[in-house]
Amino acid sequence: MLEHNISIFFQWLIFLGTASFAILASILMVTQRNPIHSALFLIFTFLCTAVLFLLLESPFIAIIQVLVYAGAVMMLIVFVIMLLELERELRSPLKISLSKGLGVLTVLLVMLGLFFAVFGEPKGASGEFTPEKVSQLGSIKVVGKLLFTEYLLPFEIVSILLVAAIVGAIVLAKQRPLERE
Amino acid sequence: MTIPSIPPAAYLIVGAVLFAIGAIGVLTRRNGIIVFMSIELMLNSVNLSLITFSHALNSMDGILFVFFVMTVSAAEAAVGLAIFVRLYRIKETINVDEINLMKW
Repeated sequence: MLEHNISIFFQWLIFLGTASFAILASILMVTQRNPIHSALFLIFTFLCTAVLFLLLESPFIAIIQVLVYAGAVMMLIVFVIMLLELERELRSPLKISLSKGLGVLTVLLVMLGLFFAVFGEPKGASGEFTPEKVSQLGSIKVVGKLLFTEYLLPFEIVSILLVAAIVGAIVLAKQRPLERE
Repeated sequence: MTIPSIPPAAYLIVGAVLFAIGAIGVLTRRNGIIVFMSIELMLNSVNLSLITFSHALNSMDGILFVFFVMTVSAAEAAVGLAIFVRLYRIKETINVDEINLMKW
């Protein structure tokens, strides 16, 4: 009993810590003027979310989060920030307008609505993959099996999407012969 | 006395707050790259909600969904940043208020 209590207590401790750090870092990310600082705070938010994924017993998604989001996507963003010269935008004063205020107000109302919607146990049919079963079989094995049986068509569609994205990125970023001085 | 385990609602509230912060970033910031990063934050908060439901309902479908959302966001990052690089070459700015080539 005591052991169980201690484990739950530490789960709460980790949850409250990472959740508050994630929210704090994301607020800082939105308010920073310098895009590089924003990017670093966003990486911190992603790492905190990865810890939350671990608390939710999905280590596979936590690893993918660190690799793909905090690693690959953010590396790409930091690279583009480095390539573009944004000095002028850094110096321009922050404009506050009525439309922005109304937008923030609407978003806060939506957030309030979401708060009221999330209370209570989630409704819906319970599946067969209990945490014990998944940890016994292995998280990656279960995901791989589902990916190549039940989710084969979405998997193929996503692979086509990735190929299209690679081709699109190369075509867009390529310098046309006419533009060269 | 036993301490209650963390309810799904706690994770969902964190997801909702992160989503709202991302949406505020999209609406208020005018730097294209920061708008882009806010969209990534919104996608990530939806991932958190999906994992929470998948954990609460003992299902793997949420995890598979998160897998696909991550693929889509990686593709979006590649194409979106290529568009920013190209726009910067043409217009010398990525301020989203000044990018109005398609307006008439």
